[in-house]
Amino acid sequence: MNIELHINGRTVRREVDDRILLAEFLRHHCGLTGTHVGCDTSQCGACTVKLDGAAVKSCTVLAAQASGGSVTTVEGLAQGNTLHPVQEAFVQCHGLQCGFCTPGMMMAVEHFLRSCPASLDDEAIHHALEGNICRCTGYVNIIAAVRRAAAAMYPREWGHFAALAGEGA
Amino acid sequence: MYATQYVRPATLDDAVALLKTHPEARPLSGGMTLIPTLKQRLAAPSHLVDIWRLDELQGISASEAVLKIGAGARHAEVAHSPVVAQTVPALSHLAGQIADPQVRNRGTLGGSLANNDPAADYPAAVLALGATVHTSERSIAADDYFVGMFETALRPGELIVAVEFPIAHSAGYLKYRHPASGYAMAGVFIACSGSDVRVAITGAGPGVFRWKEAEARLRDDFSVGALRNLHLDCAGMQGDPHASPRYRANLAEVLTRRLVAQMTPGAEGGAPTTRGGGPA
Repeated sequence: MNIELHINGRTVRREVDDRILLAEFLRHHCGLTGTHVGCDTSQCGACTVKLDGAAVKSCTVLAAQASGGSVTTVEGLAQGNTLHPVQEAFVQCHGLQCGFCTPGMMMAVEHFLRSCPASLDDEAIHHALEGNICRCTGYVNIIAAVRRAAAAMYPREWGHFAALAGEGA
Repeated sequence: MYATQYVRPATLDDAVALLKTHPEARPLSGGMTLIPTLKQRLAAPSHLVDIWRLDELQGISASEAVLKIGAGARHAEVAHSPVVAQTVPALSHLAGQIADPQVRNRGTLGGSLANNDPAADYPAAVLALGATVHTSERSIAADDYFVGMFETALRPGELIVAVEFPIAHSAGYLKYRHPASGYAMAGVFIACSGSDVRVAITGAGPGVFRWKEAEARLRDDFSVGALRNLHLDCAGMQGDPHASPRYRANLAEVLTRRLVAQMTPGAEGGAPTTRGGGPA
C-alpha cells in the first residue's frame, strides 16, 4: 500500500507492505537508525517516537496506521546545531551508559516535559519513564537529566533544579 | 507477522460492512494487544480494519447522572480528562495506572473491553459501576457483557461505540501491579450508589467478576470490620508462575479491605481515587 508520513518536517511517500512496523519503516526505508529496536515486544521503549504529538512505541504501530500523520524521531529533536534541552541535559548529566536506550528515553522525557510537570519527585519521574528500560540500569543520571531538562525548559517553576541536577552524578 | 491487508474505513458503517463481508477481518484500534499478537503469529486476520480515527468513537461527555466515553478514547485521554476527573475520579486514576505512558497514548477503552484480558483494568470499572456498553448494534449491560477469559457478548462484526458509566456517589480502584507488565495481579473496583455497593475483582480469576458476598456485607455496613473472616474461594482463581490461586485470592481480599478503608469517611489520608465516602 502507499503511505505518506511527515517525518521530522519532511514528507515521505513510499509503497510498503501493509504489515511493516513503523520502527522498521523508519530504520530500513528512511535510514533513521536513531530509533532503536530493543525487545520488539513494546516493553523496553527504545523505539519510542512521537506520533501526532504523543510518544508511542514504534515497534507496536504499523507504518500504515501512522500514514497521514506526523512523526518526530530522535533525529528531529535538535534544531540545526542546537540540541534540544532534553538532549543537552542527557549530555550534561551523562544520562547514559551504553546509549542503546537513550533515543527512546529522550523521546519519553520530551513527552513528559511537553507541558510543565506538576511534580518532579522520584515517583513522578519513575511513573513518566515506566515504559522505558535501561539495561545498564543507569537510572540515577537519567533521572538527574530529567530534572536538568525541566530546569532549562521551565526556569520559573523548576529553575532551582539546574544547579542540583548538574551535580547529578 | 502473516501477510494481511490494512484498510481504513471512513465511517463506522463502512467499518462494520467490511467486518461483515470478511469474516476473518479484525478491527484494529490502538493495537496494543493485537499488534503483539500478530507479531507472535497467534492470529492471521485477512484484513485489519483500522477504526482508530472514526469520529463516531470519539468524545467524552457527562450529564447529571451519566459519564459517556467513546470507545476510541485513549487511556491517556481518560486519565487527563477534566470531565472524568469531576464525575468519576476513580476512572481517571484507573486509566492513569494502565501499562506505561506510551501504551496509554495508543490503547483505547473499546479495545480493552473488546479484548477482555482477565488482568485488564477497565473491565473492573465497567462491572462495578454497572456501565452500559453501546455497540454498533445494541446496548449491553455490564453484567451481561463479560462472558469469560478473553470472551465477551460481542458478536462477529459488532463494534463498541461508547460506554456509559452511571456517576456513582463514590468509587475507588486499587490494584497490585505485576512489576514487569503493569497488569493487575489482582485489582478491585468498588462503587457505591445510594445504598447499593458493587465490588468487581480483576486479575485474580479467569475474567472479571463481582464479589457478591463482600457486596452484601458492605451494603449493611461499609467498613473494614464487615469483611472480617470473609474469604474468596481460591478454587476459581488463576495460577501461573507469578502467583498461585491462593496468593491471588488473598491479594484480592487484602486489596478490598484496603480500598474500603480508604473509602471510609474520616479514614486517615483519604483516597485520591474516591469522591465522597461510602454509601449515601
